[in-house]
Amino acid sequence: MRETAPSASAAADESGGGRVLRAARYVAGRVVSALVSLFAVMVTGFFLFRLLPGDPVRAMTGDQPIGAEQIAAMRREFGLDQPLWQQFLDYCLNVLRFDLGDSFLYRAPVAELIAERLWATILLAGTATVIAAILGLWLGAHSGWRNGERVDRINTGIALTLWSVPTFWLGLLLITVFAGGLGPLPSMFPTRGMGGTDTVGMLPTVLDVAHHMVLPVTTMVAVIYAQYLMIMRSSLLDEKGNDYLLTARAKGLRDALVRRQHAVPNALLPTVTLIFLNLGQVVAGSILVETVFSWPGLGRLFYEGLAVPDLPLVQGMFLFFSASVILMNLLADLVYPVLDPRVRG
Amino acid sequence: MSRDLPARRPRALAWQRRRRALAEFWVEFRANRAGVVGLGALLAIGLIALGAPLLIDTDELSVTRATGPILDPPSLSYPLGTDDAGRSVLDLVIWGARVSLTVGFLATLVSVTVGSLVGIVAGHFGGWVANVLMRVTDWFIVVPMLVLAIALAAVLSRSTLTIVIAIGLTAWPPTARVVRAQTLAVEARPYIERARALGAGHVHIMTRHVLPNVMPLVLAQTTLLVASAIIAESTLAFLGLGDPTVVSWGGIIQDARGAGAVSAGLWWYVLPPGIAIAAVALSFTLCGRALERVLNPRLRER
Repeated sequence: MRETAPSASAAADESGGGRVLRAARYVAGRVVSALVSLFAVMVTGFFLFRLLPGDPVRAMTGDQPIGAEQIAAMRREFGLDQPLWQQFLDYCLNVLRFDLGDSFLYRAPVAELIAERLWATILLAGTATVIAAILGLWLGAHSGWRNGERVDRINTGIALTLWSVPTFWLGLLLITVFAGGLGPLPSMFPTRGMGGTDTVGMLPTVLDVAHHMVLPVTTMVAVIYAQYLMIMRSSLLDEKGNDYLLTARAKGLRDALVRRQHAVPNALLPTVTLIFLNLGQVVAGSILVETVFSWPGLGRLFYEGLAVPDLPLVQGMFLFFSASVILMNLLADLVYPVLDPRVRG
Repeated sequence: MSRDLPARRPRALAWQRRRRALAEFWVEFRANRAGVVGLGALLAIGLIALGAPLLIDTDELSVTRATGPILDPPSLSYPLGTDDAGRSVLDLVIWGARVSLTVGFLATLVSVTVGSLVGIVAGHFGGWVANVLMRVTDWFIVVPMLVLAIALAAVLSRSTLTIVIAIGLTAWPPTARVVRAQTLAVEARPYIERARALGAGHVHIMTRHVLPNVMPLVLAQTTLLVASAIIAESTLAFLGLGDPTVVSWGGIIQDARGAGAVSAGLWWYVLPPGIAIAAVALSFTLCGRALERVLNPRLRER
């Protein structure tokens, strides 16, 4: 930063202060850019759902026989009789107060519906993401380490094939196999809902829910682990050419030790941000898996709203999904420099 | 080099060079076995889709006029069985290839056009233009693509065109990023400075010098994009956002689910359309990876 340092201690002070300042500037920059993104989501949510269909009331009522007074009442309820800027302002203030309007289908506040169903989705998507990340990173590390060998070819082949399979179809396939039982296979796993409603006691409930989770989680893992595998594989390949690995080998360390202790920890770091960037994929996965397996979470709520169409619900879910992915990305941006000292400078 | 060649018109020279480059490219591509398998599969599927009207009587695809038995397992006259309206599942899957491939290609065309335009303009002009464009690109990358596509498809009318727009408008950001990086690399070369010194305008530099150099990478990106566009198409159709009267792979799966084929274990109704989607997506992915490997020297030693 400076060309000449007056004294050693002053230089240390300066660099310490500079680091704090730089960190603060980094954090502020990230937070501001996330806020801009959130605002853009809000604007998109407003104009997408208010301008494109012409009239939300007409879009929702469709061909149902409905009186003129009722339509007028609904227009008042949605605030459509007010000028556009007034609508936008009201909408922004409401969103900031977590008031996402009332669902047409459930006759209840959208925010309440989301809060009700959030945990089911976190349980399902969280479990699947953790399993997929561990599986993908582990297989990816092996694949990258043995680049071009048979292990690598089989691993990437399976991953690419599973990535090419549509999520919902894989789920339907598992249901076909496990619901009625195919041939000699008995039906082993439940294919609908979350379970845990007619069991008594803590342990049976947990076991029942886990039993219901087997098929949905398997479907989600199968579809999303491929990305983690490919990311980890190429990250390890980037790391493989580095000199410190040669040093480690020259010291006489065993191959597995070089991989586990030296290559993988360094290759793991860049994958962190990419895993967070892929959260959109996890959201997409939960919408489809929950729809197929009737899992009572956010994804199924979104699908139900879509079928009506329940515009306040779909709009609220759009805001919620987008905002959560943006916030998770912000988290990744903030955590990453703590994990990886190389990007701090 | 010009010393060895006889004096010719520049156009002929350029074509000769292009032919040689293409031949070299083919030799390298051929060395990638997975890529060749993918290409072969795509050619076969493309031919079947084009020839579908010769193989299938469209009357047999109509829900009301189909003559087959209902939900019959595979037999000699119906190799993949029939659906709940008595239509042959094999015919449906072959016919579905037309819609699925068309939507996949059109959506890719939309997003590659948008992505290339944004990428080249951002790379060429730099400054605040690039700042704004890349900010928009980053926003589209962060917002979950399927959610945005569903929201778009939900507010527009339910038609095949809606699906094309919904996928095309959400899938372009990766292309924009790749194109911008390549544009920056190309514009740093001296011949761009030479062109500028000779009085070339922005449009001339972007279309005549940058675009041809960016196209190969865009091609690889496109091939990979078609795969996800086809999966996205089937997903939106499955969620009921497509045109219900059009036969597409996602639509067949949705129909199968609606007819209770899934829980009843009628595998011949559920299995074929999904395998078709996966086969096409995988073929495009294999081709795209092979292309990328040939065109991007950084990946070649992998």
